[in-house]
Amino acid sequence: MTQPATPQHAGVRIDLALVTGGAHDAAHADVDPIPWRTGKVGVVPAIDAVTWSPIAPIAPASPVSPRPPSVAPTTCASGSGAPCACSTTAAASTSTIAAATAVASAPSVPVAPAKKAKKKLPGSGIPARRIAVILKWARRACQVGFFALFMYFLFQTGFRGSFAARADAPVRLPLPVEGFLLADPFVAAMTVLSTHTIYRGLLWSVGLLGLTMVFGRVFCGWICPFGTLHHFFAWLLPSKKGRGASRVEANRTHTYQRVKYYLLYAFLVAGVSGSAIGGLFDPICIAVRSIGLGVIPGIQYLSHRGLGAAQDVQSRAVQGAADHAQDFLAQTVWQSKQFYFHQTWFIVFLLVAILFANRFIPRFWCRVLCPLGAFLGVFSRFALFGMTKDHAKCTDCNLCIVNCQGADSPQGGVKWRQDECHMCMNCENACPEDVIKFTFLPNRRSTVVAPDTERRTALAALGAGAVFLPAARVADSLDVNYQSKVIRPPGAVEERGFLERCIRCAECMKVCPNNALHPAFFEAGVEGLWTPILIARIGYCEFSCVLCGQVCPTGAIQKISEKEKMGEGQPPIKIGTAFYDHGRCLPWSMQTPCIVCEEFCPTSPKAIWVEEVDATVRDSKPAADGGPPAYHTVHLQRPHVDPSLCVGCGACEKVCPVQDQPAVYVTNVGETRSKTNVILLENTNYNQKI
Amino acid sequence: MAGVLGAAAVGGRVAWDRGGFGLVESRATRQVRDYRLAERDAEHAELAIARAPAREVGDLSPEPTATPEQLVRRALEAMGGMGRFVSRGDVVVVKPNIGWDRMPIHAANTNPDVVAAVVKLAFEAGAKKVVVADGSCNDPNRCFQRSGIWGAAYAVGADVVLPQEHRFRSMRLKGDVLDEWPIFTTLVDADKVINVPIAKHHNLAKFTAAMKNWYGVLGGRRNRLHQNIDTSIADLATFMRPTLVVMDAWRVLMRNGPQGGNIDDAKDMHTVIASVDQVAADAFGCTLIGQKPENLPYLAMGEKRGLGTTRWESLRVRRV
Repeated sequence: MTQPATPQHAGVRIDLALVTGGAHDAAHADVDPIPWRTGKVGVVPAIDAVTWSPIAPIAPASPVSPRPPSVAPTTCASGSGAPCACSTTAAASTSTIAAATAVASAPSVPVAPAKKAKKKLPGSGIPARRIAVILKWARRACQVGFFALFMYFLFQTGFRGSFAARADAPVRLPLPVEGFLLADPFVAAMTVLSTHTIYRGLLWSVGLLGLTMVFGRVFCGWICPFGTLHHFFAWLLPSKKGRGASRVEANRTHTYQRVKYYLLYAFLVAGVSGSAIGGLFDPICIAVRSIGLGVIPGIQYLSHRGLGAAQDVQSRAVQGAADHAQDFLAQTVWQSKQFYFHQTWFIVFLLVAILFANRFIPRFWCRVLCPLGAFLGVFSRFALFGMTKDHAKCTDCNLCIVNCQGADSPQGGVKWRQDECHMCMNCENACPEDVIKFTFLPNRRSTVVAPDTERRTALAALGAGAVFLPAARVADSLDVNYQSKVIRPPGAVEERGFLERCIRCAECMKVCPNNALHPAFFEAGVEGLWTPILIARIGYCEFSCVLCGQVCPTGAIQKISEKEKMGEGQPPIKIGTAFYDHGRCLPWSMQTPCIVCEEFCPTSPKAIWVEEVDATVRDSKPAADGGPPAYHTVHLQRPHVDPSLCVGCGACEKVCPVQDQPAVYVTNVGETRSKTNVILLENTNYNQKI
Repeated sequence: MAGVLGAAAVGGRVAWDRGGFGLVESRATRQVRDYRLAERDAEHAELAIARAPAREVGDLSPEPTATPEQLVRRALEAMGGMGRFVSRGDVVVVKPNIGWDRMPIHAANTNPDVVAAVVKLAFEAGAKKVVVADGSCNDPNRCFQRSGIWGAAYAVGADVVLPQEHRFRSMRLKGDVLDEWPIFTTLVDADKVINVPIAKHHNLAKFTAAMKNWYGVLGGRRNRLHQNIDTSIADLATFMRPTLVVMDAWRVLMRNGPQGGNIDDAKDMHTVIASVDQVAADAFGCTLIGQKPENLPYLAMGEKRGLGTTRWESLRVRRV
C-alpha cells in the first residue's frame, strides 16, 4: 500500500482491503490481462478433458446461487484442497470484487453454509490434477514425519540405560541417531575432499544424491528438518507487509540467492585445503547443534523451574502430576539432570536470527545461505522429473509465486529455475489456468538448470576458501601455542585430521552422558569454532563410555571399543594428563584430609596414588594462656599423579572440592592421538608392548 | 490517587528488603528418619551371619554351596523372618550401593542377586511397593544398568528409581558437620527402609558398608564431605536409621576401594550379614578385610551417639 495514490482512490482501497482482507497485486496494476477483471470470466479456452479428472463435485445444492453460473462452485470443488494460510489470504486478496459484491448483494443467504462450500480458485478455476494434490499432501506428511523423526533421534541421542540390558552388555545407542548427517552429501563431499576417504555410513549420502538426480531438490522441500522449520516459520512470521503483493515480490527469483553457491564453493575449497569448516553452515549440523545444545536444555531449565514450583504446592494431586511430568520428560525428552553448554547462547542467537529472517525473506536460510541446498541444486540439473509450463495460458495471477518456496520463477513468461526449486508442488496446486505441470522427462525449453552465478564472484569465493586455512593456521592456535585446554574426546584423530573431519554437528556433545563435551568458542582457534572440547569442571569423561565415537558421522572421533579405550591388552586411550596445584590442594597446603580425586580415579591401578605423611598444623586459636597458638601433628594422604597411568578423563578435576579453581586439573598433554604433544619419553616409543 | 499511594506504601512495606546476607537463624527442626522396630524380640538374632562354605572343585575355583538368595533367606530366618520387619501394605525402600560404573565382578556395587532376594522377601512379607534407588557417583544410567541391579530388581517387581534432579529436596540434618543438604526424597519417603550395602575397602575411611551407604541420600556437591569423612558418616547414620541392614559380602573389595576396577582386588567370601544395628554390622564387616573396629573412628562416634554398638559380639549373634 505504499505506492502513491489519489485521495479518492485511497478511500476506495481501504474499503477494498476491509472487504477482501488483503492487499491486491500492486505490481501489475497497469497490465490487466486477467479475464475476470475484464468481465470475461469463463471465456478462457476449454479444459482438456483427457488431462483433467476432476474429483466428484461437492455441494451441488450450494446456497450460493446468485453467483455467475460460469463460476459455479461445483466446478472448483476440488483442487483447492486446504492450501496453507498464506495462500488462502493471497487468494482472497486477488479474488474478484464481483465475488465480494456477490456475497454482499445476497444478504438473505446465511453466512455459515456459504463458508462450508469449497473455496474456488480464481480465474478459470481449473483444479489441479489429482496427482498434484496427492503429492502436495504427501509432501506435507513427509515433512512432518521427517521432522518428527529428526526430533526423536535428537531426544534419543543420549544414554538412558535400561532394565532389560545385561550388566556386561556394551553400552551403545540402539538407533542410528546420526542418520540425517550420514545422508548429507555436502558433509560427505567436504570430508571426501579433505581426507580423500569416505567414512563408513556417509555412503548413505549417495542415496540422497541419487534421489536428487531423479527428482531434483526434493530433500529441501520434503525431507530436510531444518527446511521444514523454515517452511513453518515463513508461513507463521510474515507481517501484513509480507503477504500479498509484497510476498509476490519477495518470492520472485533474486540475485542474492547466488550467495549459497559462493558459500558452497568456498567451503568445498576449504575442504580441499584441509578444513571441514563448512559444517558451521550445514543445515543438519545447525539443527542438531542449536536445538540439541540450546533449545532442549533451555526448555528443560524452564520446565524444571515451572514443575519444581508445582512440586512445592501443598496439594498431593498437583505434586503427583508435577512429579510424573518430570519423570516422563526426563525419560523421553532429556536426561535426569540439567545439561549446560559452553557459550551456547551464541548458537541459539544465530538460530533465532535466521528464523526471524523469514519475516523479511521467506525461507531466507534455504534460498540464500544453505550450502547443502546449493550442492543439491548443482546436481538437480540431471533430474528426470521437472516442470513444464504452458506460457500461453498464463494470466499473470501470481498465485504460483505467492505459494512458491524456493523462489524459482514458476510463473509463465519466464524460465523455471530448476536449481532453486524445492519441488514442493505448491505452484501446480495453486495454478488456476493449467499452466504448470510436473512430469517426468519434461520439455526443458523454458528451464534454466545451472546456477546463475557470476564467474568473478565465484572465483573470489574459491579464493576465499583457499586462503581460509593458511589464514587460520598462521594465527597461533595449532602449530605453535596450542591451547592446553583443547582436550578432544577419546578416540579423536590427530588435530589436523580432526579438523579435516569435524563438521561441528554436536552429536558427541549431545550424547555425552556426563555433559563433558562442549562446543569450543575460540579455544581451538577460529578454525575450531564449535568443535568438541572436554571441560572437566562441568563433566568428566566416563571411563567405560565410547558413545561419542559411536555417533560421530565423519570419523573425527573413531568408533573405538571399551577395550581399546580402557586399555585391555594395549595402552589405554589418553586424552590428557592431570596436574596438581599444590598451593590449592587441601592435603598439600592446608593439612586437611581429602583425596576425593583418588577415590574417583577410574583407572586400575589408579593413576592417583597417595603418600602417607604426618604434617604439622597450627591451631586456629591462640593458646589458653594467650600465648602463640599450639602446633600439632595430623596424619594426611597427599595425592600424586602417575603420568604413565593417567588417561586425562578429568574425574579428579570435576570432583575436586576447591570449588572455584580446582586444585587438580587436566590439560591435553600426553594425548594418545598426538606424537608431539607428549611429556614422557616412553610415550614416544611405539615399539613397546603391554 | 490516595488509593494508589496507599497501595504503594503498603506494598513497599511488605516487600521491603532490609538488607543483610540472609543468614537468619532458621527455625527448621532437625530431621531424623527413624525406621527401626520399636521392640527387639529376645528370641531372634540381632546379628545373623550366613556363609556358604566353599567346596573345592578341582584345584582352582572354589564353588559356593549356596546362592546369594539362599544366604539372604537364611540370614533373615535367623532374624525372625522378613515378616517381623515388613508389614502388609508397607512401602519398602531398598537402598543398595549403586555408586560406580562397575560390573558385579568388580564388587564396587551391591551384588544384584542379594538386592533381588531382599526385594523378593519384602514382597513375600506383604509389601505393597518396593522401591530400589541410590544416588550414584558416576553417570546413574550407566551405574544402574552395568551393576546389574536395575535388571535384577526390575525382574522381581521392584520400582527402580534413578536419582533425577527433581527428586531432591533440601532438608536440615543439623549434624556436627552436615546441616542443610539436598536429600533424595525417594529414599526417605517410605514405611520401612532396608539398607543393603556392600562391604568394601575405602582408601580414606579404611572400610565402609552400612553407615557410609547413606552418602547415597545426599545430592549436591558431596565431595566436601571427605574433609571430615568420619563425622560425615556418623551424621548421616544419625539421620537415617534403617529398619534392617542386609550387608552383602558375597564378593568383597579388599583394596583400591571404594571404586576398585581390578578383578584381582576383590575376593569371594560368599557371606551375607543381616542386622538391626548398623554400627555392629559395620564393626563385624570390617573384620572381613582384616580391619579392627577401633581403627574406624566413625564407629566410635556412632556408638557415642547411641546408634548401636561396636562390640558386635555382645549382640545375639547367630551363624547360619
